[in-house]
Amino acid sequence: MPTLYDSKIRSRLLLGTARYPSPAILADAVRRSKAEIVTVSLRRETAGGKAGDAFFELIRDLSVRVLPNTAGCHSVREAVLTAKMAREVFRTDWIKLEVIGHHDTLQPDVFGLVEAARILTGEGFQVFPYTTDDLVVAERLIEAGCRVLMPWCAPIGSAMGAANPMALRSFRAHFPDIPLIVDAGIGRPSHAAGVMEFGYDAVLLNTAVAGAGDPAAMAEAFALAIDAGRLAHEAVPLEPRDMAVPSTPVIGKAVFS
Amino acid sequence: MPLIINGEEQKVAAKTLADLLSALDYDGEWLATAVNGELVHREDRADFTLGERDRIEILSPMQGG
Repeated sequence: MPTLYDSKIRSRLLLGTARYPSPAILADAVRRSKAEIVTVSLRRETAGGKAGDAFFELIRDLSVRVLPNTAGCHSVREAVLTAKMAREVFRTDWIKLEVIGHHDTLQPDVFGLVEAARILTGEGFQVFPYTTDDLVVAERLIEAGCRVLMPWCAPIGSAMGAANPMALRSFRAHFPDIPLIVDAGIGRPSHAAGVMEFGYDAVLLNTAVAGAGDPAAMAEAFALAIDAGRLAHEAVPLEPRDMAVPSTPVIGKAVFS
Repeated sequence: MPLIINGEEQKVAAKTLADLLSALDYDGEWLATAVNGELVHREDRADFTLGERDRIEILSPMQGG
């Protein structure tokens, strides 16, 4: 099982907590996913602290570890301050670092990401960077102190699955010893199984579960697919071939003419 | 004293950040505060003196992906 900084995880599914039809459905989805880690965020409080308290009490009742994010931050300064405020609230050094560079694609600003990662690791944070599949950027993130990498497989919320499978495979091959979590772009359990077959350590999902017709059932479907994909990776799948290979042996075949 | 609280200007009679949270009825346990772009730790709020037009952010947990 992978180790994310100081923690060994048993579930390879990390689940986001946004966009569910209701708090009860969110809780049900987390339970059926068997996720041990859920992502959370911070926003301006307008109800005297009571809205945030109600949400966080629900999360605490689920006995999961939280991974706060810096979603919506478009600059290093914003991301660093948000991370510090998240540590104050959630009392964890873990931070899912997002520095968004493009409004339409929500593509990471990888230059700002590396800079923010360097600042935050210097202040004792354990950074989970939301990044692209660019190998050079990933090397810079490791140099900045990141011990987990989270490449996207497609734009956030796009549900398209791996847009560039070759890049994801290269990424895995290039960083054999770094825990890799596919973050963003997964739409269906088959997409998740596919990236797990590539050898990824885990998958982080939100919209694909929360936006499903039955989020709790979909959470369980993803958990099964992720386990299946991991098991398939460990079992070493066949590589594709250009030509047919008969599965039934031809030796001893009857000759009728 | 005029202050910018979560992006909105308000006049509040509060000398410290802790006074401000109390005056605005922020009694949630899970809050983080920043003034003028710098984090102010929970334990420092009582000693943090506010100035005119300080920009105060009060954040709390919410759903995230």
